[in-house]
Amino acid sequence: MQASDTRSSAPLLALAGLTKIFGTLKACDAISLEIAPGEIHALLGENGAGKSTLVKMLFGVLAPDAGQIVWKGEPVSINSPFAARHLGIGMVFQHFSLFEALTVAENIALSLDDSVPIGQIAERARALSEGYGLPLDPYALVADLSVGERQRIEIVRTLLQDPQLIILDEPTSVLTPQEADRLFETLEKLRSEGRSILYISHRLEEVRRICDRATVLRHGKVVGACDPRQETVASLARMMVGGDVADVTIGANAGDGRVLIETRRLSLPARTPFAVSLKDIDLTVHSGEVVAIAGVAGNGQSELFDALSGEVTTSRADAVRLAGQDVGRKGITERRLLGCGFVPEERHGHGAVSQMKLSDNMVLARHASDAKTFLGGGLGLLKRDAVWAATERVIKAMDVRKSGVDPHASALSGGNLQKFIMGRELDRNLSVLIVNQPTWGVDAGAASRIRQAIVDLAKSGAAVVVISQDLDEVFEIAHSIAVIHHGRLSASEPARTLTRERIGLLMGGAAPEADTVPEAAHAH
Amino acid sequence: MRIELEKRPERSKLFSILSPFIALGLTLIVGAVLFLALGKNPAEAMFYFFIDPLLVGWSLHELAIKATPLILIAVGLSVCFRSNNWNIGAEGQFVMGAIAGSIIPVMFHGWESPLVLPLMMISGAIGGALYATIPALLKARFNTNEILTSLMLVYVAQLFLDWLVRGPWRNPEGFNFPETRNFNASAILPEILDGGRAHWGLIFAIVAALATWFMMRSTLKGFEISVLGQSARAGRFAGFSATKMVFFAFLFSGAMAGLAGIAEVSGAIGQLRPVISPGYGFTAIIVAFLGRLNPLGIVAAGLVLALTYLGGEAAQISIGVSDKVARLFQGALLFFVLACDTLIHYRIRLRSTAKVANVAAAPVQSPAPVEAR
Repeated sequence: MQASDTRSSAPLLALAGLTKIFGTLKACDAISLEIAPGEIHALLGENGAGKSTLVKMLFGVLAPDAGQIVWKGEPVSINSPFAARHLGIGMVFQHFSLFEALTVAENIALSLDDSVPIGQIAERARALSEGYGLPLDPYALVADLSVGERQRIEIVRTLLQDPQLIILDEPTSVLTPQEADRLFETLEKLRSEGRSILYISHRLEEVRRICDRATVLRHGKVVGACDPRQETVASLARMMVGGDVADVTIGANAGDGRVLIETRRLSLPARTPFAVSLKDIDLTVHSGEVVAIAGVAGNGQSELFDALSGEVTTSRADAVRLAGQDVGRKGITERRLLGCGFVPEERHGHGAVSQMKLSDNMVLARHASDAKTFLGGGLGLLKRDAVWAATERVIKAMDVRKSGVDPHASALSGGNLQKFIMGRELDRNLSVLIVNQPTWGVDAGAASRIRQAIVDLAKSGAAVVVISQDLDEVFEIAHSIAVIHHGRLSASEPARTLTRERIGLLMGGAAPEADTVPEAAHAH
Repeated sequence: MRIELEKRPERSKLFSILSPFIALGLTLIVGAVLFLALGKNPAEAMFYFFIDPLLVGWSLHELAIKATPLILIAVGLSVCFRSNNWNIGAEGQFVMGAIAGSIIPVMFHGWESPLVLPLMMISGAIGGALYATIPALLKARFNTNEILTSLMLVYVAQLFLDWLVRGPWRNPEGFNFPETRNFNASAILPEILDGGRAHWGLIFAIVAALATWFMMRSTLKGFEISVLGQSARAGRFAGFSATKMVFFAFLFSGAMAGLAGIAEVSGAIGQLRPVISPGYGFTAIIVAFLGRLNPLGIVAAGLVLALTYLGGEAAQISIGVSDKVARLFQGALLFFVLACDTLIHYRIRLRSTAKVANVAAAPVQSPAPVEAR
């Protein structure tokens, strides 16, 4: 594993045969790897490959069932995050845990073991953040900060303890391309100081760009170790997935030009103080067209989805038009009856009920549209046979892998459940499909299948809106792209002429008609 | 050391079924210890409490009478609880149902007709439902906590009944006793069997249990109830309204409690008195959970809890312990049912305090403390 590494020093951290078993599942199966001082080490793998489990063992959240962790040549047992921090291991999680109503400095103070005067914390935080090129106002309210800035708080919080190993879990998933560039500069600086970084990602381009070495996990096992700079994106993907992934391409728009999805000055007030309000959203999608809505998480994507699906209605009926009708005041059931399908971002507890069987989850979204087949008598009796027939059809069409005949939704992997939820809509005769983050947390094989299904649906003449944070996906399947920022939507532009740089600027809010006042500032 | 509950990856099917029985067993053990502490022979006490009432015919009828309101109320509550609405005020709805159902036999006491009973039952159910609308409305409009409002309304209902029977509805020929007139024959629920006291209320209870079981299992309404109970967000995605469900759940459980109230007054008591329930509305909560919120399980659980009422009376007479022992058994049973259910979903883990202190110090999964140096 040390092959291309020229450093001769002993590894900072070495794992030998680390194993974690949940029930019958070996989440981590005898994982060995070494991290040298001053290197950026990538941990690659699909969702469910065991990355998070491995990292949780390193950070003392989970106890390994077997194997050894050697830190600076000494075998150690890390049985709490506290112990991990004491050794000099810091971690920046993918999901932040910050109090929005408190300032940056207060949030940092809350995570300290000792009580330090707030002014002192603020000073140290300011010095650190400037030193590492992560500008941060310690007295700003977290609620007013962008996701990128919030991530800086977490990073500064970690740096305050002067760690020698910093674990970053999917750090760029919430950043614009420009913010990511800035983060990479910080990482370079940390490396030049001799600190090591364990960088978890599935974005292969980044890994090739900044990482010195990579360890690839699949199904809980190490399946490869390499110098990512010697590899191509395709070869890394093959290692990660264990096979080739079909490319999805979108052809020219083959629709008849009818407008099937339209919003006119769609505005919605924020429902909670920290939610995003939608402002004057104009969107037009024609038959046969896929429009992608890019943007950094938390800029109004789920609010827009709710407004389009009818889970939240608008005061003006003509604010939303679907399939040729004003539906602003109509609920989700009536919109479904017009031939619209909806796939929300959250699978558990939104798109599906976790503790219900797949066939019940079939009824969830289709009890109205398929009332004739699914329901009998005036009493609304459920016809289990008919429901099961449809469920089986979807399982077959989307190749949903499951154990048992009709398992609970919670028993399916993220990718398989997403295929089911997607298939549940595609199995109907749709003219409109609205999807939020179609492949979030989904393995590459399932993601490719879902994207292909979206493209095929558009070919058949439906209009599709795909709300996605994944720029690769956006470019892969969209005819045109709009960007949402602080609840405003940029005008959509043809995907062919758009550059990543321009999208990055739009995602950061630098739109031509720049609206520079942060949304959250009004939200009190 | 700190004790933490950790979610089990999967729950055991076997123990899910066994859980109510384990809870019953543990309650019996606690009961035995209790009787020992009171200086009674536990075996003898247990015999009088749980076996003796089952050995004589009249007492089986009493069992049916006591089980009737418990089952009716608990069936209503099971729907309510499954939809994630927490109606704790069934006792109040029971009382209000009894009052509303008694309007005809008290105010038109001379009217004898086959119509009287059906009208009484319907108005009883409506009375309970209307009274349950109050916490429903407060929850739907102002997002109040329905546990508190429904519970507080119990005491309002009880005092209202007390005022009625001492004031406007007092029997003018009743020597100033706080009671209404005795209902005339056509306002009395008939007995199921000649010579036994068990009345038609039991038939209502069983029909209600079967109908509710069918609704929950095979209809879209039942599906809607489960979906909204498990995830309001998924329910909204399905096009179900959580607000409407609040009203449905409260109206349904209120109507059941109201029907139980008028059936009790009309079938077992024959008039209104200041106190018409030994806490059926609260005991029914235990019945609902012991029956696993399944209407058929509730029929069995209702019989078990009815036995604790009878056993309490029997033990008072035969071995001279307070009939409050019955409430103690009921409380212990609820405790063990909930504890067993919790342990099916979670396991107990001990954690040392050193770690916990630091984890707890942060709002975060991953706080990074500043090392003072």
